[in-house]
Amino acid sequence: MPLDQNSPHDESLGASPGVSNVSRRGLLKGIVAVGGLVLAARILPPGPSVAQTAAYGAAAMPHGTVNAPSAFISIGKDGIVTIVCHRSEMGQGVRTGMPQIVADELEADWNKVRVVNATGDEEKYGNQDTDGSRSTRHFMKPMREAGAAARSMLEMTAAKRWGVEPGEVEARNHEIVHKASGRKFGYGELAEEAASLEVPANDELRLKTPDQFRYIGKGLPLADGFDISVGKAKYGFDTWMEGMKYAVVARPPVFGGKVVSVDDSEALKIPGVEKIVRIEGTPAPAKFQPLGGVAVIASNTWAAMKGRDALKITWDDGPHKSYDSEAFRQQMLETARKPAKVVRDDGDAETELGKAAKKIEAEYYLPHLAQAPMEPPAATTRIVDGKCEVWSCVQAPQVTRTDIAEKLGMKLEDVTVHVTLLGGGFGRKSKPDFAIESAILSKEMGGAPVKLLWTREDDIRHGYYHTVSAERIDAGLDANGKVTAWRHRSVAPTITSIFMPDTKHQGAFELGMGLVDVPFDIPNLRCENGEAEAHARIGWFRSVSNIPHAFAIQSFVAELAAAAGKDQKDFLLELLGPPRVAELKSLDTLWNYGESTKVYPVDVGRLRHVVELVADKAGWGRQVPKGHGLGIAAHRSFVTYVATVVETAVAEDGTLTIPRVDVAIDCGNVVNPERIRAQVEGACIMGLSLALSSEISFKDGRVVQGNYDDYLVARIDQAPREINVHIVPSNWDLAPGGVGEPGVPPFAPALTNAIFAATGKRIRTLPIGDQLKA
Amino acid sequence: MAVSFKLNGKPVTLEVDPEMPLLWAVREFAGLTGTKFGCGMAQCGACTMHVEGQPTRSCSMAVGDVEGQSVTTIEGLSGKAATAVQAAWENIQVPQCGYCQSGQIMSAVALLEQTPKPNDEDINAAMSGNICRCATYVRIRAAIHSASDMMEG
Repeated sequence: MPLDQNSPHDESLGASPGVSNVSRRGLLKGIVAVGGLVLAARILPPGPSVAQTAAYGAAAMPHGTVNAPSAFISIGKDGIVTIVCHRSEMGQGVRTGMPQIVADELEADWNKVRVVNATGDEEKYGNQDTDGSRSTRHFMKPMREAGAAARSMLEMTAAKRWGVEPGEVEARNHEIVHKASGRKFGYGELAEEAASLEVPANDELRLKTPDQFRYIGKGLPLADGFDISVGKAKYGFDTWMEGMKYAVVARPPVFGGKVVSVDDSEALKIPGVEKIVRIEGTPAPAKFQPLGGVAVIASNTWAAMKGRDALKITWDDGPHKSYDSEAFRQQMLETARKPAKVVRDDGDAETELGKAAKKIEAEYYLPHLAQAPMEPPAATTRIVDGKCEVWSCVQAPQVTRTDIAEKLGMKLEDVTVHVTLLGGGFGRKSKPDFAIESAILSKEMGGAPVKLLWTREDDIRHGYYHTVSAERIDAGLDANGKVTAWRHRSVAPTITSIFMPDTKHQGAFELGMGLVDVPFDIPNLRCENGEAEAHARIGWFRSVSNIPHAFAIQSFVAELAAAAGKDQKDFLLELLGPPRVAELKSLDTLWNYGESTKVYPVDVGRLRHVVELVADKAGWGRQVPKGHGLGIAAHRSFVTYVATVVETAVAEDGTLTIPRVDVAIDCGNVVNPERIRAQVEGACIMGLSLALSSEISFKDGRVVQGNYDDYLVARIDQAPREINVHIVPSNWDLAPGGVGEPGVPPFAPALTNAIFAATGKRIRTLPIGDQLKA
Repeated sequence: MAVSFKLNGKPVTLEVDPEMPLLWAVREFAGLTGTKFGCGMAQCGACTMHVEGQPTRSCSMAVGDVEGQSVTTIEGLSGKAATAVQAAWENIQVPQCGYCQSGQIMSAVALLEQTPKPNDEDINAAMSGNICRCATYVRIRAAIHSASDMMEG
């Protein structure tokens, strides 16, 4: 399918879709006052009472969902169906999956379907924050309804023309057929008249039954596959327009730092450099606002970079100048050794720990990470006749729009945010600080188009980092090796700190990612959350707090199994207990990914099933060569169930390879199995990166790493030889689960459990680095 | 100053500082944006072009150094290996976000032009300079094997 990027490149300039005329400025001001639109749902989710009554978490998102066919579907006289994708494409396949759902219910011919991306306009399209593994989860139903409504309107139009009852006609592959006579109308012949009909109510819609699906459940090829393979796909970095300027920014080396003085005389001598602009820093909270600094605007990127190198800036490093990762790690581990805020308390873990026949404890540490998408942040803005247009690789176009309107003092309806393809996101591009920078600079240039680029060093050193964590678990076992008490203390700076800077405890949405929702059948189970201060911007990173929580829990389960002399998998199943809906008792803080526990219960049976499935497929218990080991881990996240078995081989010199990975995933139901496979494959290797080598550390408040030479991510020679993804077949009685993120959390513990099986060495600190060589 | 070279088979003269990296000259002065920026220091391979047929990190080569030479970008790829690789990339659905894939394809084509029947070790060696953060590596290996088979058939 051809691609409309809404990119200003060449002739597509000015071809942007219309902008809503509804002003919500009054409303927005009220919400922005507590830290940005996104805050309302993501950081301070509604209390359990609201979440429990909503049918889907989607209803609780800002602007919820929209199923109006007019917003998503247009049909030309030539029969070409254009489907609007209102979520950002960053490699997860949403520009394929969403249209697949709509086209199926619409009974459209896939070869006549085109996809365009929506601008940021949530009143029109519903929530657009592309994060939390929820595009399909939240929009499967509205997209099916939109497609079915449009199909019904076409059917009614044809029936009217033929003067027959609507029940006598049927949509079949882009045609409405009169069943008795075989007469036909193509969609293009009916479209204009059909569009004038009233949209049928939801309860009048005739949704397909799963056996009627033509596209849902099929591995249809990528919408942008061809464009990508010939270099035509357009990303945020690729925007171009006549008279465009290029800019880079020198930002404070320490978070919260400020410019004291700048000598730009040498920079201005560089040919091509046109203007030097100070960008004000943002007093805490950081929110999604620019860090401030000094921008160099030039006629080309190279000149802008050289200009930046030539700046002489004196910085005031501010309050975080002594942030030191090694010292902070010791401090967090100390915190984890002391009682802390109780966030779940079943039975009496303290007393039972004291009485246990055997006590085992372990401490785990995971560093900050950078998302490091291959495309660094980039945005282009121009302001013409009081209208601001932005083209950018953003995951959250709506908050981009509101923040830019606020920053420029413009009305919301005068700001349009076009979403380009994203060259990876992983959470980084949920925060549009870079797009706001480009808008500030365009305004400084009198509205001329300015493309603001981040270099890799900018990305690594000025990010919104995955948190750093210390996790400590203590368990008590009885004389038979059965776990009678479990106490998990988690310590990590919270994402909430970018909205409320003094916040030192994890939010419900972080605790609910694998800590307080652990579904073990242990009568005495306590979770505590120790204080940790944030000294950097903390942000979402694919699967977020599930990474440290799952690493600690799934490693510790294997440690307990070893101590009890039991098989890892059997012991895991024993801890999970019988198939049941887990009654998580002290769960006034249960987040459940914003979903109702009635629609999305914590189903231990499904978790057990993926464990058993992956064990079977991977040949758990098979003989492996000397130096090889098998490890297993299972985790529910984003209301999807994943279990992973890793086979690793550790050579005498400590070199690690991965001959094979098996993953079982139960995400309820399946839209595009190839995209699910691809997401799981990628999630495993992102898990491999963070397990093996990725680490962001701070010294004197500054990020030590700077580029891919020292911020190490997995390369092809480290990738597993095979990754077998076993998808649990669709159950259409279940609501869909997330797919983009849930493959990440179990990978690292499955790997380190495999390393233990291969070598007897237990990894408790990530990344592994050279620990196997010691 | 001006630099003249052959870009995708056509002679071009770009009015640029000869020290400017080839990547930026091609993207911003020749208007071809298929080649991507990823790191600026030859660490990630997103910027891979062919210079005189050799896979080259264009972020770290001055445009002045290709004076008079022949440069091919993703937009100008042609030939048996290129056709096979691009077809295999689509068939096996290699890309996720796709941003690094032009560089991956350029490296894969260069590999198959020199080693038409690579094994996994050859592939790892030739492709380890190309990072994919979406981590499509398993499919990249499969697609290169598939392209190799197509070239034979």
